[in-house]
Amino acid sequence: MIQVEEQLDAVLARYQAVIGLEVHAQLLTRSKMFCACSAGYHDAPPNSHTCPVCLALPGVLPVINRQAVEYTILTALALDCEIPEFSKFDRKNYFYPDLPKGYQISQFDLPLSLNGHLDVLVGDEVVRAGITRVHLEEDTGTMHHAGDVLQSATSSVVNLNRCGVPLMEIVGEPDLHTPEQAREYLQRLRQVLVYIGVNDGNLERGSFRCDANVSLQQPGALGFGTKVEVKNMNSFRAVQKALESEILRQADMLDRGERIVQETRGWVEAHGTTISQRSKEGASDYKYFPEPDLPPMHITRDMVERIRAELPELPEAKRRRFETQYGLSAYEASVVTQTQDDAGTFETLASGVDAKIAVNWFMGDVARLANITGVKLQDSGLGVKGLVALLKLVAAGTINGSIAKGLLDELYATGGDAVQLVQERGLGQVSDAGELGTILDEVIASNPNAVNDFRGGKEAALQSLMGQVMKATRGRADAKLVNTLLRERLG
Amino acid sequence: MSASQLTITQQAAALRSREVSAVELAGAALAHVEAHDSRLNAYLTVTADAARQQAAAADRRLREDGASASPLCGVPVAIKDVLCIDGVETTAGSKILKGFVPPYTATSVQRLLDAGAVVVGKTNCDEFAMGSSNENSAYGPAGNPWDVERVPGGSSGGSAAAVASGGVAYSLGSDTGGSIRQPAALCGVAGFKPTYGRVSRYGLIAFASSLDQVGPFAHSVRDCATVFATIGGHDPLDSTSEASPVEDPLASLDAGVRGMRFGVPKEYFGAGVEPGVRDRVEAAMRVIESLGGSLEEVSLPSTDVALSTYYIIAPAECSSNLARMDGVRFGHRVDASSLTDMYLRTRDEGFGPEVKRRIMLGNYALSSGYYDAYYKKAQQVRTLVAREFESVFTKVDALVCPTSPIVAFRRGERSDPLAMYACDTMTIPVNLAGLPGISVPCGFVDSLPVGLQFIAPRLEDAKLLRVAYAYEQATEWHEMHAPMVEATA
Ligand SMILES: [Zn+2]
Repeated sequence: MIQVEEQLDAVLARYQAVIGLEVHAQLLTRSKMFCACSAGYHDAPPNSHTCPVCLALPGVLPVINRQAVEYTILTALALDCEIPEFSKFDRKNYFYPDLPKGYQISQFDLPLSLNGHLDVLVGDEVVRAGITRVHLEEDTGTMHHAGDVLQSATSSVVNLNRCGVPLMEIVGEPDLHTPEQAREYLQRLRQVLVYIGVNDGNLERGSFRCDANVSLQQPGALGFGTKVEVKNMNSFRAVQKALESEILRQADMLDRGERIVQETRGWVEAHGTTISQRSKEGASDYKYFPEPDLPPMHITRDMVERIRAELPELPEAKRRRFETQYGLSAYEASVVTQTQDDAGTFETLASGVDAKIAVNWFMGDVARLANITGVKLQDSGLGVKGLVALLKLVAAGTINGSIAKGLLDELYATGGDAVQLVQERGLGQVSDAGELGTILDEVIASNPNAVNDFRGGKEAALQSLMGQVMKATRGRADAKLVNTLLRERLG
Repeated sequence: MSASQLTITQQAAALRSREVSAVELAGAALAHVEAHDSRLNAYLTVTADAARQQAAAADRRLREDGASASPLCGVPVAIKDVLCIDGVETTAGSKILKGFVPPYTATSVQRLLDAGAVVVGKTNCDEFAMGSSNENSAYGPAGNPWDVERVPGGSSGGSAAAVASGGVAYSLGSDTGGSIRQPAALCGVAGFKPTYGRVSRYGLIAFASSLDQVGPFAHSVRDCATVFATIGGHDPLDSTSEASPVEDPLASLDAGVRGMRFGVPKEYFGAGVEPGVRDRVEAAMRVIESLGGSLEEVSLPSTDVALSTYYIIAPAECSSNLARMDGVRFGHRVDASSLTDMYLRTRDEGFGPEVKRRIMLGNYALSSGYYDAYYKKAQQVRTLVAREFESVFTKVDALVCPTSPIVAFRRGERSDPLAMYACDTMTIPVNLAGLPGISVPCGFVDSLPVGLQFIAPRLEDAKLLRVAYAYEQATEWHEMHAPMVEATA
């Protein structure tokens, strides 16, 4: 790994990598793009979510799913795109069994939106990545081959459940220059789509897919180098690895004076390399033309404003607000705003207790428990309100931190009322100087060695004495007060 | 059925007076097919059992509430084989759809069925509605009831012949460049192509989506209006269907043409128009004048390029529309060792020469590097054609001209595709502009019918029907019946 990073740094010092990403995101509509079939195709028996329209039987006609158009506009607005008043669908013509009409209804020269951007934090640098366009089209079906690829398969079967699912294409400008920037861009984009509720962000299942165009530019050269399209990357890690591998491959060829071939290459995770899929030299001619079965769309300004009003606070704005409103560090703010859910949880916590305490617990023990149990705080026995009640006990000095941690672990699983438990079990903090004084005197008397060590300058000896006090109080002692009182007595 | 019961209006009256039952009408229509169709070949599928059931249901409906039942209730109809009917084989006249049984019914047909119509069968047509003579049907050409050795016109030739032969009072066809009006002219019946978008295209097997329109054939303009009133109107399943309500064409049907201005497009009377056809059309114009209409010459200068424009746009759309006939999910398939071979051999065997010719033309016009020169240019000319009509319609109420430059020709007589394409010179511009057009009989040349075409502005279907009705009522041409009708009567 370190080897790859070093090689990459060396290459990127000699060449400028130019990366443009195309993302296909399925929209979370109930029905398909042009028919009434359910768009939820996962786990359905093959070809059960189909009808004459998505099976492309002769004579049927498409009808536009309005929700899909609105989701695309919502996305475009989240990405600061312009929304032209007129837009239309076009036919992209090619033959393949997973495309029953023999054409995909897509958008060619009048997409729903244009010219947006997404700001991405990479390290501590903000990279502004241009968005060329966001347009709407339909997904294809899926195929399974007896054999590796269609061409050599002995038989193939087609499942058209996915065919016609609304698919949004987000075309990025070639503004990214490192694999890390590319990964961060995709993570940020995915976060935005999930935030606004148009996509489930699932890379493994392919509801959020990414293709990359990569070229290397020689120093001082005019224009971009030859572009290679990289496909088959189904995780953020795979995107980064594939781009690293592809950049190294291209640099190696250029170093040896070879010409880069314009082609499509697929990332093969198992080999850690990209392999050639097809050459662009014999590129398909999709013979785009306006879809005559669908009239052009007039996107009124009223409609745009109505959709804009539905935009929730986006991650970037939320992060900035959390920094100023709650005094969080940039890192804390970005962790806490990872998802709408998390941000909401944090704000509920912060409305009950000090934000600093809220964020420490949220990112510390709560995150640890969520990780171990796989259950989010809001779904746990404790719940968000339960945690607020628990933290309020800490803040009020009723219980100390370690008692609270123990209770958190317990209540996270089983649920229950923290206040009641503390009372029942007598877990209240001992912070009475008189009561503690008696215990302290006993501990000092029975641990002469530790006392001598501390007086001799061994700071660690104090911890041992404090441990004895905690033991004697069953962990309920106010640690801060014990520390002060011990120092007074031993000073 | 007798010649006195040829129209929907007459049959509806006879059904209500109990002079005849729907079951009897269906039986007569089926017997007519039995008697003549071996020679006429107007039908590709006869739906006898379904027809008898529909007729029985219609009789019940008429008995229970004859007054509120549609005039179409119990009246037999024939449907062009490009319109899908649930459970009935639908081939579009092509071998590639042999055996295809759609699980849905075209909206236009469904509206007829809802009105109580009795579907006798599916009619012959040029393959995927591409042709002007019916000779491009994969199932052999239909004959013309006036002379079975001659073509009935196309592409809706079977639908025209089914009505002209006296077998049914009306039928449905589709018109992409004249495919209703031209066979209506050649078979001596009325054929109406409504404004583009007025009748739903859902369930119509597409030839060229931006040009296709469903419409009726009948023995009278009133019947055309009755059918249009039933099948017209918005359909949520067809996004290109007009949302505005349909003006009732029957309400103003007999309002006459007094004071109306008629344009005579000079480009539609060119050298290709046979002298006999020209004579009959000119005589028809005198009739219009006698009814109080005035005539004036108008010009549609882009007429000569409209034909070429059509032969870019229609093939471009058809090349894409027919891509779904790939052998994967339905219809004809030739198994092969590779996917590409399967596609190639299926489509090579499945499509006839004219369809292949148009698929190739369309692919060429849409190819990268040619798109601007052909498809884009054609769209610009199309806009120009529409504007010329609009401009003419600021001066006149309707246009009058021949429907076809020639009368029915003998099978095989026109083998040159370009000569065949020229048959549609006066009908094609109407589709390019999305206008309503109708052909009505206006006389004979050598005992073969001649068609008179009226054209009206977009959405003025009611006005168009009123004009055609006025002419029809002033003449007796629509009452002259083909020899086949006389044989049955
Ligand atoms: Zn469907």
